Amino acid sequence: MDITRRRLLVLMPAAAVAWKYVLAGTPEASPNYRLTEHWWGMLMDITKCIGCGSCVRACAEENDVPDGYYRTWVERYHVDDWKIERPEVEAPDGGKHGYLHERDEGGKNFFVPKLCNHCAESPCTQVCPVGATFIAPDGVVLVDKNYCLGCRYCIQACPYGCRFLNPKTNTAEKCTLCYHRITKGLTTACCEVCPTGARQLADLKNPKDPIHEFLRTHSVQILKPQMATGAKVFYNGMDGSVR
Amino acid sequence: MNLFKDTEHLIRLAVVIVLALIAFVVLRTALVPRSFGQYGHYRGDAIAEIAARPVAFAGHQTCEACHTDVVDLKKQGKHVVVACEACHGALAKHADDPGSVQPKKLDTAVVCARCHEANSAKPSGFPQVVTADHSGGLACDTCHQPHRPKIETEGKK
Amino acid sequence: MQIPVEGFMYPNEVELQWSILIVLYPFITGLVAGAFILASLERVFQVQAVKPTYRLALLTALAFLLVAPLPLQLHLGHPERSLEMYLTPHGSSAMAMFGFVYLWYLMAVLLLEIWLDYRRDIVVMSQKERGWKRLVYRVLTLGSSNISERSLHIDERLGYFITLIGIPSAFLLHGYVGFIFGSVKANPWWSSPLMPIVFVFSAMVSGIAAVMLIYMFSSRLRGREIDMRCLDTIARYLLYTFIIDFSLEMLDLLQRIYEADESFRSLDFMVHTRLWTSQVIVQILLGTVTPIALIGLIQFVKLTQTTRKRIYGIAGCLTLMGIFAMRWNVVIGGQLFSKSFLGYTTYKMDFATREGLLPALILMILPFVILWVLVKLLPPWLESSPAPAISAAPARGIN
Repeated sequence: MDITRRRLLVLMPAAAVAWKYVLAGTPEASPNYRLTEHWWGMLMDITKCIGCGSCVRACAEENDVPDGYYRTWVERYHVDDWKIERPEVEAPDGGKHGYLHERDEGGKNFFVPKLCNHCAESPCTQVCPVGATFIAPDGVVLVDKNYCLGCRYCIQACPYGCRFLNPKTNTAEKCTLCYHRITKGLTTACCEVCPTGARQLADLKNPKDPIHEFLRTHSVQILKPQMATGAKVFYNGMDGSVR
Repeated sequence: MNLFKDTEHLIRLAVVIVLALIAFVVLRTALVPRSFGQYGHYRGDAIAEIAARPVAFAGHQTCEACHTDVVDLKKQGKHVVVACEACHGALAKHADDPGSVQPKKLDTAVVCARCHEANSAKPSGFPQVVTADHSGGLACDTCHQPHRPKIETEGKK
Repeated sequence: MQIPVEGFMYPNEVELQWSILIVLYPFITGLVAGAFILASLERVFQVQAVKPTYRLALLTALAFLLVAPLPLQLHLGHPERSLEMYLTPHGSSAMAMFGFVYLWYLMAVLLLEIWLDYRRDIVVMSQKERGWKRLVYRVLTLGSSNISERSLHIDERLGYFITLIGIPSAFLLHGYVGFIFGSVKANPWWSSPLMPIVFVFSAMVSGIAAVMLIYMFSSRLRGREIDMRCLDTIARYLLYTFIIDFSLEMLDLLQRIYEADESFRSLDFMVHTRLWTSQVIVQILLGTVTPIALIGLIQFVKLTQTTRKRIYGIAGCLTLMGIFAMRWNVVIGGQLFSKSFLGYTTYKMDFATREGLLPALILMILPFVILWVLVKLLPPWLESSPAPAISAAPARGIN
């Protein structure tokens, strides 16, 4: 196959329309993407997560995340018998290199991947003094890095610890749900590379999205429900010890 | 008239305040970005700016459009659900111009272990080994074909 | 630079977001609010005894208020964008609304009150002085040189009215800072309805102590005798305010210990380890209990003037140290523990970086430099001031 036919074949799939915009670098979302037709969230299946860290690495590569900061990370939990209020948790380098060492200590062990919950009633957007962080009409909480002052109030206000200050831009930063991908019909980088399907992007406004059936048939939780944040990342099989 | 004289300083102050307020309003009109408030209390243009970021991972559909041979091989095994770039890294640049960007050769000892190294936190049904005992330090692709990992009794590479 | 972590922290929590500059900021605005409340004691509540410190308290408040935005500017990732807070303030953000509270307080209350009180002197000096000083005074008069009886009377009435508004404004100024912390539900060390009130009372304590010390020090510098009736009264108000402040803080502590909710074990451990020195030793024992005991002692035991002055000096310094420690414990303490309640981090304070100790020290000294300039420009002790200065009468009885 020569180069031109390859080019043609690359342009054929669903991403083709979006791809044109990717190559052109034009600053607007694909024309066939309507903000009001989507309400994004994510489904995390704890029973499937193997703690490989592919998501953490992919996110860092896709989004130029600086070392030592994490838009997503994977925690490893160890719960001893009935002591669910005192788990032992670790996340060496955010779980970026996976968890290679064998830790056979008995008890209950599992992985919990975390990221921004894109809360419908987010405390972080509430406290931003200038309107640099906001929830877009399609449910993704974003940061306008050309407007952010770097006051860090939003970082203090997030109950989940998913925000950080990017030392290169001096603005607040966090998971954008790969907004630049999902608006072009692609899935997020973390969901793309997850080998077990533990992470699945979900469009809550799409009636055909499999999440609706999943939520109906499984017991799911959100992180810190007592904070009443309207979190939109749903965890299947999550233990009560998870913080 | 006398009262005016005695409050003259206050009137002057009031004028200064009004001028300052007018200056502020003018400043605001000049400086606040046009698209601010379009969808909510933020710069509407920000949405498009964030969405315009170039993509680093092409997505398995794009890979599969060309590499049909690998697709067929993967379909025969458990790795059919694993996206190409999960192991090979972000390759949108390669998909865009295959000739100029060559994907790096992978070190299977590192790549495979990340998923398959035994750890008690991994779901018990998931295939995992203690690599030191399993392969004695050999690279995984010595025996396994990564795109179709299961070893048949009469192993085909 | 590796930051030592104990236990587990969410990966992005390890590095502290708000540094010593953010500790400095509530400390400074607290001094402002406190100094102003002291000034208004005389104006509105007719506490004649503290009159000698009226103008000094106002100038102190102004000096500190002018410095207050500076630690914030140094802290911001993009200080050049800080005007956005006035151009597009986010209505739901306490921080944004604070920008206006600050501006209101500075312009409508403090500057106006100082201007009205000093106007007669400004006009006099605009005619007496020469050179660039003359120009400065001329500008300050806004072009009007009317200092007739009637105009001064109007000024006085208006000034009274402004002080009246100024008192709740001063409470709002610093109560707001308390609310900025107290409204963060994600942080159990901060989240409390008591926060604004605790901040207001501790602000009053620090402001009163600051004015008391500045008054004693400046009198010494000018070789003037200290008005003991004034000083004793100020110290008494410091005591009353301190008792209320301490009671509030102890109430918060007792409630936390008793209820012992999910965050308690983690916070308790933090106080016993990382915050032991700054909270228990410096803030509570040295910074609160000791000054209360010292000034309290004076209420019951007759002591000489010299002894009382010494005690006030010590108590004042300890108080300021204690209130600073309180701000430290709130801001830094609130970031030392993980929101997972499973771990603790460490605050690594640099020296000569943008948010290090050196700029913090400079910012603490700067208000005194500004105060010196203000005192030179608008002397609080001008002989021709409208209200007669209280003469250095011998202290009554107590010797």
